[in-house]
Amino acid sequence: MASPEDLTGQPAALYEARKGVYPKKVDGPFRRFKWAIMAITLAIYYGTPWIRWDRGPYAPDQAVLVDLANRRFYMFQIEIWPHEFYYVAGLLIMAGIGLFLVTSAVGRAWCGYACPQTVWTDLFQHVDRLVDGDRNAQVRLANGPWTAEKLVKRGFKYTIYLAIAFWTGGAWIMYFADAPTLTVDFWSGQAAPIAYGTVAVLTATTFILGGFMREQVCIYMCPWPRIQTAMMDEKSLLVTYKDWRGEPRGSVKKAQAHPGAFGDCVDCNQCVAVCPTGIDIREGPQIGCITCALCIDACDDVMAQIGRPRGLIDYCTLDDAAVEKAGGIGKPVRKTLFRPRTLAYFGVWCAIGAAMLFSLGQRTRLDLAVQHERSPLYVQLSDGHIRNNYTLKLRNMETRPRRVAVMVDGLAGAALWTEAGSRNTAKQRVEIALAPDSVTRVRLFVAAPGDGPARQDFTITTRGLDGDPRGDSDIIQFDRPEAGQ
Amino acid sequence: MADRKRIDEATGTSTVGHEWDGIEELNTPLPRWWLWTFYASIIWAAGYVVLYPAWPMLNSATQGVLGWSSRSDLKREMQSHAERRAPITNAIAATALTDLPAKPELMQAAVQGGAAAFRVHCVQCHGAGGAGVKTLYPSLTDDDWLWGGDLASIEYTIAHGIRNPDHKATRISQMPAFGRDGILDPSQIADVVSHVRVISKQEKPSAASTRGNALFQANCAVCHGAAGVGDRALGAPKLTDAVWLYGGDRDSLTATITQPRNGVMPRWGHRLDPVTVKMLATYVYSLGGGEKAAAPALAAISEGQGADGQP
Repeated sequence: MASPEDLTGQPAALYEARKGVYPKKVDGPFRRFKWAIMAITLAIYYGTPWIRWDRGPYAPDQAVLVDLANRRFYMFQIEIWPHEFYYVAGLLIMAGIGLFLVTSAVGRAWCGYACPQTVWTDLFQHVDRLVDGDRNAQVRLANGPWTAEKLVKRGFKYTIYLAIAFWTGGAWIMYFADAPTLTVDFWSGQAAPIAYGTVAVLTATTFILGGFMREQVCIYMCPWPRIQTAMMDEKSLLVTYKDWRGEPRGSVKKAQAHPGAFGDCVDCNQCVAVCPTGIDIREGPQIGCITCALCIDACDDVMAQIGRPRGLIDYCTLDDAAVEKAGGIGKPVRKTLFRPRTLAYFGVWCAIGAAMLFSLGQRTRLDLAVQHERSPLYVQLSDGHIRNNYTLKLRNMETRPRRVAVMVDGLAGAALWTEAGSRNTAKQRVEIALAPDSVTRVRLFVAAPGDGPARQDFTITTRGLDGDPRGDSDIIQFDRPEAGQ
Repeated sequence: MADRKRIDEATGTSTVGHEWDGIEELNTPLPRWWLWTFYASIIWAAGYVVLYPAWPMLNSATQGVLGWSSRSDLKREMQSHAERRAPITNAIAATALTDLPAKPELMQAAVQGGAAAFRVHCVQCHGAGGAGVKTLYPSLTDDDWLWGGDLASIEYTIAHGIRNPDHKATRISQMPAFGRDGILDPSQIADVVSHVRVISKQEKPSAASTRGNALFQANCAVCHGAAGVGDRALGAPKLTDAVWLYGGDRDSLTATITQPRNGVMPRWGHRLDPVTVKMLATYVYSLGGGEKAAAPALAAISEGQGADGQP
């Protein structure tokens, strides 16, 4: 970046090279909290596909499975068909409102703790420390010449990167097929090409995004920080450097020499050293801050060592910052969390969840969709009756074979038959066998006397014949020639 | 314009020098990786230009080292489709037409194939879905057939056509032009029309229909049968039912008897391969009017059914 002094009419550079970020190791409550979140999220990601769930002989026994080939989505007890995709949409809306809720309550907590980019960057930064040593050693190695030691360390580190990246990509495909089978197939070269392609792409993206681009993703590529800035208000928790307490900065020695002339900040730069995105929190809230709170841990540590109260850098709302600046005491955290806005988000979030659970409990697992064939709309039969043809789609969403009956209501003198029968065997209802967990297409022929309205609504109903009579019905038209034709 | 470059105080970044109503643009440097991505795509494009058709020339484009073309892609795809279909096609060819309904999977494949061929060759007259065109082309979806509605009859009709003058095996019959050629005078034709409308239950018996009956027995019964139930061997339609190709009202019947249409259908046996003809037959059969076996006793059905269409 150019400064006013070196402005010569040309910008300093058209392209900005990434500045290395070498976060220092730190310990503290927030760091330990991050460890816990990382362990939980990674365990969920890598472990979920391996949980088994017995669904009987006609369905897979994987607890969470996105079966694209057969167009089914399994999640424990819930099975979703493509036409029920609104449940997935509902889940996404819940995730969106959940993010609103979290953002308005605790700011960018998602960015700081749970975002995959954050978790994997954190993981890769631990690898950096494991191989290269802590911050200073990393800087030395990065700036030093390419010696044999550096080559070996870099090779070793990138191998670990690749292993993690490959494991990440490999875990992803397990959600889309039976995990144990796919693992065997994958290593014996039997898996689908798309599986290898997906693993290759995700290995590459994890390697590049987690190993090298890191905070660049948050700052340049991710839209979420920009959206969040619009969702935070003066009551959202931010990681704040309390400049009214810290400024002017001065070392412990200077403060001893001139009591009262300096603030609490000793300018030790520990907050900058531990920052995973390489920013200086003392410059105020900024897009690069993912509010991971590691600087709070670092600063509290220093304050404890020099015997000053903790919280020079702390979670604080803009409102509280103004109050504290004026010498008052901020609201307790409980009050900043429970306020109308967060409660409204929470209410909406719960309402959507409850509505989805309710409708999941109510849905029938035998579904009928009727389509009236339009070419021809009706067929004149030789005995004066009129025949209409319908295509029935019978969805048996249970994992067992079923027998169902199809009948009509509200069409006097109607006789039904399917392609398996003929007009001679037509009856008031037909029985159809349905395969488990599948859609059965049936062409239904309906003949009715020719004297009637040109267009008449009637009902086609299906119900189970095997103990569970719940079913579905559809209102559809029966067409006859217009008078005079 | 571009001489107003200055350093923005808030960010410390230079502006690009343009200003519109006080709005300026920061010249924020792009990240370096973006530049490398840009260079990488240029290299990619260079490789693409060498490998694939790229430079437009006068008549065509450069061929590219790989020699790829969309036309050869299509050819290869068509061939692979033919190969993929071969097992089904061969199985259909090896199965007798009348045995197909007993093999549901093969039958379904044949119906699908027939539907595709129907959309290409048949819809022009018979309409999408085989509904026909009123007063011109017969519906293939009803239960009334001129030349027979079982699989074998349908296949024969498709293969040999109807009234093809250049083909010996074609289905042929000729209804005389009773009016135009003066065989019956207009009042006699009106009587015959009355009779036909009586046997098709559209009119009550009258003196005219009684006179018409005598004329019918003398002129029409030889093809349409004494009771008017028709004869599929001659393509003579059943006159006692509710299905009328050229209309069952007085005017239409009078026109038909005066100057019959004697409709023509092209034969397809020499244009389409036997498997396609077979598949077409199964499709037409599946449209709703297909008959299980060769013509059952027609009169028995028409008389034996109750008002609700059930035997």
